[in-house]
Amino acid sequence: MSARSKMILGRVAQAIPVVMGVVVISFLLTRALPGDPAAYFAGPAADEASIAEIREALGLDKPLFQQFFLYVGDLARGDLGTSLTTGQTVMSDLAARLPASLELTLVALLLSCAIAIPLGVLAATRPGTWVDHMCRVLVTAGVSMPTFFTGIVLIYVFYYLAGLAPSPLGRLDFIYLSPPHVTGFYLIDAALAGDWETWFGALKQLILPATTLALFTLAPIARMTRAAMLSALSSDFIRTARAAGLGSRKVLYGYAFRNALLPVVTTLGMVFSFTLGANVLVEKVFAWPGIGSYAVEALVVSDYAAVQGFVLAMALLFVALNLVIDIAYALIDPRIGLN
Amino acid sequence: MTDASRRTFLKLSGGTLGAAMLPFLKVMPAQAQSSSRIVVVSGQTINSLDLHRTGTNRASYQVAVNCYDRLVSFGTKDAPGGGLSYDYDVIEPELAESWTISDDGLTMTFKIKSDATFWDGRKVTAADVKWSFDRAVSAGGFPTVQMKAGGLVRPDQFEAVDDETFVITLDKPSKLTLPDLAVPVPFIINSEVAKANATDEDPWAMEYLHTTPAGSGAFKVVRWDQGQQLVYERNDAWVGGPLPSFEQVIVREVPSPATRRALVERGDVQMSFNIPNKDASELDAMDGVDVYSTPIENCIHCLCPNFNFEPFQDANVRKALAYAIPYEAIFQTAAYGRGAPMWGGEAEIADIAWPRKSPYMTDMTKAKEHMAASGFASGFEVPLSISLGLADWMEPTALLMQEAFAEIGIKTEIEKIPGANWRSAALVEKRLPLHLENFGGWLNTPDYYFFWAYKHGHLFNSSNYLNEEIEQLVDSTLHIPMDDPAYAPNIKRMFEIAFEDLPRIPLWQPALNVAMNGAAGYEFWFHRQLDVRPLTTATA
Repeated sequence: MSARSKMILGRVAQAIPVVMGVVVISFLLTRALPGDPAAYFAGPAADEASIAEIREALGLDKPLFQQFFLYVGDLARGDLGTSLTTGQTVMSDLAARLPASLELTLVALLLSCAIAIPLGVLAATRPGTWVDHMCRVLVTAGVSMPTFFTGIVLIYVFYYLAGLAPSPLGRLDFIYLSPPHVTGFYLIDAALAGDWETWFGALKQLILPATTLALFTLAPIARMTRAAMLSALSSDFIRTARAAGLGSRKVLYGYAFRNALLPVVTTLGMVFSFTLGANVLVEKVFAWPGIGSYAVEALVVSDYAAVQGFVLAMALLFVALNLVIDIAYALIDPRIGLN
Repeated sequence: MTDASRRTFLKLSGGTLGAAMLPFLKVMPAQAQSSSRIVVVSGQTINSLDLHRTGTNRASYQVAVNCYDRLVSFGTKDAPGGGLSYDYDVIEPELAESWTISDDGLTMTFKIKSDATFWDGRKVTAADVKWSFDRAVSAGGFPTVQMKAGGLVRPDQFEAVDDETFVITLDKPSKLTLPDLAVPVPFIINSEVAKANATDEDPWAMEYLHTTPAGSGAFKVVRWDQGQQLVYERNDAWVGGPLPSFEQVIVREVPSPATRRALVERGDVQMSFNIPNKDASELDAMDGVDVYSTPIENCIHCLCPNFNFEPFQDANVRKALAYAIPYEAIFQTAAYGRGAPMWGGEAEIADIAWPRKSPYMTDMTKAKEHMAASGFASGFEVPLSISLGLADWMEPTALLMQEAFAEIGIKTEIEKIPGANWRSAALVEKRLPLHLENFGGWLNTPDYYFFWAYKHGHLFNSSNYLNEEIEQLVDSTLHIPMDDPAYAPNIKRMFEIAFEDLPRIPLWQPALNVAMNGAAGYEFWFHRQLDVRPLTTATA
């Protein structure tokens, strides 16, 4: 166990220079964005004087290196600044929006895994049959349709035509109150509060956007599962296991699947990261107050503090995610953990 | 306003849920459905509850309208294209009961309604008005600029004589002062509450009022989840006008226009504010959904040739452009016929109606003649710049223009500029040789439009246009009353010069589109934001 905690500590230590690099690069990149936030935020009828006033208020009249030290100083105190687009502190924006995105992405990935992994296993055990072809067609269709299109089609069919889905109005319909804030995940918070009505309300709102995202992420997971299963099934130890007369279930799930899981977990990590960043369009279509649309809007208007805060939060998240994946490796593959 | 309020509410409410104070339950009771509540969806995000704050965006102006009162307001009239509109020519009382203007026009005395109270029950006094006006002229940025348009620049112009008497002293009389008191900016804040929450660094309580309005208006904000929703609740003690019919108004932010359309078509929301032209024209043809497309007063979509770019200094080139534009095709493609055409008007200027049609129309023969007569008969190349933030109308417009201009030898390349850079490039630096522009003036007089868009160096004069006569005409006309004998001739002369010199080539007057399903009473305002006060349930 101590070896494992040493590994975790080592990993965290390795993340420090990465985060420092991210701080510098995000600062420089946002400053390199074209456009003048002061002119933008001065409003529709501003004159030179009021633009200058705002530039001073934002601290943008100072030399770049001085701005950087002020930024790092604030950062050290845990102050990410105030977003001009939302009018809130970046910290509170992130606290409100990151859980919304994470909840959506995690539910979508769970759903996706629940379909894609069995599908991949099924396809691998029957390569070349109609099951395999069906699987290929399904995942190709899922990944080829842009998410905003899938989203709108789902809204059209299940909300507009059939009336089965609730109004696509974000995380909760207007008749519910958001549950008391604990984690920011509505499903968890509502469950903690024992408020099952709100819990179901939140779940209903999640179904369509999560399905949209899940359809999009089926392909990499299913294809990777299939490929990994195929190579595992054709390896020597499986042949030996079969020759030794082990039951097909034991061979399939006890030996082949566990070995095939490693690349699948790696893929999951990658899928998770790109989904979190790429669900902007889903967020827009379902009015989901997530981190993706926040970042895009901030970027469009050169809202420095918000962009920097977003990049930093994502960097920390990825460091944490990689750590979790490494730990998952160790759990799946005993060889890694022992060394 | 977030979790705390709900908990305190649940605690307070216990078992006795009075009908008068019924904010938000865990689930709304069934009888509250539809009759006392309206749900509105909008694509814009509200970023502050205080209009005076730096960085407050346009969508947030609705809070100033719905939650605060001004001394005066505009009247109501029938709007062209259905529905109601504010009436620039009628000034009505809001917090002021009456007012008098001295004969020299320099002193305005307002008597404040004696029964007007803030939400906390305290009487509205002249001291509150003075504090609020002082704040607006001192805050800097947009509010200060807008106050200046009405000649309101310094705190010493405002005086609270007694509790109910407020006096404004002007440096010079202006017809714009009274209307400027009815725009969203000079709203009246509960100064006691604000001062209690002010600090040395923040004497105007910008941080407090940013999230917590303190006013006397028709609606209070009971909940604001930035990026998601704003919930208004009626103030039953409002004296600024007729009591609104809805007890609760929920404004939800839904960025995707397709989703908004599905919601309003299904009738799950009663109103979709500011919908795209395409949706407006399609929903209009449907039963059950009412669409209001109101041409935006004092606003014109224009093509602007920049006088800093040599070929556009040639009047013949500018006229060639004006004759080459395929107006009708643009109006149908980019605006889906919503709004009002601004081409093909009478050559002679007989009245001072504004916005008015230019005397130009699509006429390729004339365009070619003007090109041939210009110093650039062999043509030239120029970028045609558009803003990505306004691409919905600018992009189709630019594409159609590109095609037409190629026929007269002007080769254009469409340059798409991101929204954040657009303001700097087009309006501040004024460096775009040929571009589209859409200034709209809040105060609805042509001279006010000319002041911003035709005077040299002014923000919306993105063409770098300079004409001495216009400079002099605008200065001498801007503040004189509309019934002054010099007013109409001056305005006509401005129109003549503008159509002759063409620093802005008018295309069409855009419309603000609103779809309603199960609600009525929509009123258009020059500020283009939602006034929830007059809304009512639709009566079948």
